[in-house]
Amino acid sequence: MKKKHEWPQWEVFVRSEAGLAHKHVGSLHAADARMALENARDVYTRRNEGVSIWVVKSDDVYATDPSESEEFFDPSEGKSYRYPTYYHVPEGVKHL
Amino acid sequence: MSDGIEGDASVSDERERAFNERLDRSLKIEPTNWMPDAYRKTLVRQISQHAHSEIVGMLPEGNWITRAPSLQRKLILLAKVQDEAGHGLYLYSAAETLGTPRDEMVAALHAGKAKYSSIFNYPTLQWADVGAIGWLVDGAAIINQIPITRCSYGPYARAMVRICKEESFHQRQGFDIMWTLAHGTPEQHAMAQDALDRWWWPAVMMFGPPDTDSTHNEQSLRWKIKLFTNDELRQKFIDQTVPQAEQLGLVIPDPHLRWNAEKEHYEIGSIDWDEFYRVIRGDGPCNKDRLQTRIEAWEEGAWVREAAAEYARKRGAQSASP
Repeated sequence: MKKKHEWPQWEVFVRSEAGLAHKHVGSLHAADARMALENARDVYTRRNEGVSIWVVKSDDVYATDPSESEEFFDPSEGKSYRYPTYYHVPEGVKHL
Repeated sequence: MSDGIEGDASVSDERERAFNERLDRSLKIEPTNWMPDAYRKTLVRQISQHAHSEIVGMLPEGNWITRAPSLQRKLILLAKVQDEAGHGLYLYSAAETLGTPRDEMVAALHAGKAKYSSIFNYPTLQWADVGAIGWLVDGAAIINQIPITRCSYGPYARAMVRICKEESFHQRQGFDIMWTLAHGTPEQHAMAQDALDRWWWPAVMMFGPPDTDSTHNEQSLRWKIKLFTNDELRQKFIDQTVPQAEQLGLVIPDPHLRWNAEKEHYEIGSIDWDEFYRVIRGDGPCNKDRLQTRIEAWEEGAWVREAAAEYARKRGAQSASP
């Protein structure tokens, strides 16, 4: 019975200043999105840490499984040709 | 599954090995990483106790909000107590990532099964106590907490970074109150001394039992949940606080206190551990009152939590219907 009233958990993302991306700062409980935003303001931006806040229900976040990290991120391994430093720049060539 | 018991054991050995390797390489353990049950249990216990301490810690100071000596002191104290609520929230959130719901942790506190820092079972009898708490209690907390910003569990370490940033305001505002009183009228100076007399030993005890008696030290050090022992942290606190007391023109209530030039540390008299254990067991001046206040706040707020949940449910149902 009590359990029914436990408010859902939300993940909080804060944009610290205009032009920057929102960054995850923590989580909190709130009955609805409006309350989640207000609580996030009170908890995570008391010292001017933000100009914009996103909240997302924690249940709606899908994450990669650490036990599968190796296979999952394998495709990006060993592809040094994706970096500019892979290429030899002949002497004297500029603006490259 | 068909591997049977032997197969399961080798899988768990493999996970344990990976876990220990992460610890050895000082990589953070994150909520989705496998971890031994005992590590998880220890963290839930430690982080939730830490969270309870922040919340119960609001009470002794909250006691003085309406009686702060000026509007500015009142605003500062309000901001400080609000910070403590925030610290409690960061910590409950960190503990929840280990799979224990917040309501369950709060219920454990209210049932007397979970502990909180014993220091908050002492009363705030006069205004200088608010200064002494900020200076000594928050000062001790900072020394305890700074190493935890480097602990092995990611969410706990990150919560602690935020907390430590805010905590130094707490310590300075406390010192500022003490400084003002210590340099005020003789009566005000006496208030500051009285507060130091009552808060010094409980603050020294905040670091927990001596290393020889501490049950959690060794395992927690191995898991990098703890990075220094109780006695190491306590010494650090004493060494940094004694000169501050001198600068305030106040006297530490310890006739055995002396500087050991050889070791370059202060030595203190013996700590009354009987008092420490008595207060932990529930016989401190305010144990019953603190817990009762928390339980009443929880129970009297139940209708608000229920109403908000019901409002959200109804609105959700409305927006879902065509």
